Amino acid sequence: MTNLERYDKLFMDAFRLAPEKLPGLKYRGIPEWDSVGHMDLMSAMEEAYGINISTPDLLSFSSYEAGKEILAKYGVEL
Amino acid sequence: MDDLFGIESREPQRLLAVCEDGQRLLYGDAQHAGRALGRAMGGRALVFLLCDNSPGSLLGYLGCLQCGAVPLLLDAHTSPPLLASLIDTYRPAYCLVPQSLPAAARAVLPQASPLLELAGSLLLPCGGQGPALYPELCLLLTTSGSTGSPKLVRLSKQNLAANAASIAQYLELDETERPITVLPMSYSYGMSILNSHVLVGASLLLTGRSVLEQEFWQLASAGGATSLAGVPYTYQMYRRLGLFSIELPGLRYLTQAGGKLPEELHREFAAWAHKTGRRFYVMYGQTEASPRMGYLPAARALDKCGSMGLPVPGGRFWLEDAAGGVIDAPGEVGELVYAGKNVGLGYAQAPADLAKGDEWGGVLRTGDMAKRDAEGFYTIVGRKKRFLKLFGNRVNLDEAERLLAARFAGVQFACAGRDDRMAVYFALEGKQQPALPGQVQAYLAAETRLPARAFAVCGIDAIPKSPAGKTLYAALPPV
Repeated sequence: MTNLERYDKLFMDAFRLAPEKLPGLKYRGIPEWDSVGHMDLMSAMEEAYGINISTPDLLSFSSYEAGKEILAKYGVEL
Repeated sequence: MDDLFGIESREPQRLLAVCEDGQRLLYGDAQHAGRALGRAMGGRALVFLLCDNSPGSLLGYLGCLQCGAVPLLLDAHTSPPLLASLIDTYRPAYCLVPQSLPAAARAVLPQASPLLELAGSLLLPCGGQGPALYPELCLLLTTSGSTGSPKLVRLSKQNLAANAASIAQYLELDETERPITVLPMSYSYGMSILNSHVLVGASLLLTGRSVLEQEFWQLASAGGATSLAGVPYTYQMYRRLGLFSIELPGLRYLTQAGGKLPEELHREFAAWAHKTGRRFYVMYGQTEASPRMGYLPAARALDKCGSMGLPVPGGRFWLEDAAGGVIDAPGEVGELVYAGKNVGLGYAQAPADLAKGDEWGGVLRTGDMAKRDAEGFYTIVGRKKRFLKLFGNRVNLDEAERLLAARFAGVQFACAGRDDRMAVYFALEGKQQPALPGQVQAYLAAETRLPARAFAVCGIDAIPKSPAGKTLYAALPPV
């Protein structure tokens, strides 16, 4: 599995979404991506890529696209 | 005391709230809202107030209380089917809703033209007079045990005023406070923060953002937030965010309610508060008591870790045994009973109930099992009935089982678990049911309006039963 496939899968598993729903997806844009969902998604990202997401980055991780840029800062190329 | 919001008329130029976009609301704006709503509605009426911590929701709430309209506070994100069923059950005279409501929610609301626009909220007539209202009735809230049931708590102005005054006293609130709205105002804890601060003429930092958004912390910082609130899960987020290193020089105190905080978190936040000269209050309440009943004084937060403390000023606790006798000995467990002026009038399950008077007489049997120590501090040790607190919301496990049995006919269920994590077991009975866990989870999430991951669903061979057919919860496997 590529990093991008894994990234997509984390979203799909966390929020029970089909892949075509991912582009443009925003925090609180769907009921499942609420604060509890966000905490779980962040933990899943940290575990999957072996990173620790800082508080500013956790707060900026506000969309599917924004998350890709944030992961790049941790050396995760998608 | 009767005049909870007298400050609106005494000091109309006083700052009521600073909003996320920098907009400033004055106490006089709430007074104007009350007059405008009073004129538009032409008298006392039932109003469904869909709240989203926006200027329109805040002014709508204070305006309704002022003009004598009786609002039912509902989260603006209430699912459209539940909203439709509540409207169908209670037949309100008006709905006051944010303009920005999604189309699906707008579709179940009355389609008439708005009578009034109030800071981004619209007053919609529902085409009727609404049900008859008891003269003292002032506010309706949904019960926290909201498994889709239309059960409401009826509160009087005296209930709200008494509780706001108790809270302002033990939190030592004054007009210099600047609380930021962490919690939805339709949730009794969020509502009580508004009431207690409006009572003393403080100014709110009004936002619908969550603590996981930068905009929230920008407002907290720029607005000089003096306090934060949270249910147990919020405290887990505060810890993950590193609240201890977030720069909030104006922060004076933190409050926690909505379920028992794990002792480890209690200790951690109490120690931090002690070290940094802040105050940390663990509190106890239920919507039925408007809602606050107990608080642990900040000075005892460390040495009484795990306790929820003392009755709020003006209130009284005692413990009762199964036969209804009062337990006097320290350390003995009994049902916690509370008496105070903040105990509501009663429940409503149908519109006719809104005409009923005071059925509770100022006494609330909490359903929580507690013990008292020699110094008079109370600790919750369990519950009389089977329910969990899921992210601050009470959910009855037996009710959840009944809902599941009705929705998934032919499948046997057992619900157990701990706070913030309900465990739902279903009997496989030799069948493979790969789709069922997802369906059960989605169904419970929709019914309770709680995150799907609050529900861990797993299939087991059979639900363990006693010879009499009762579910043996202790024999269920760990999730």
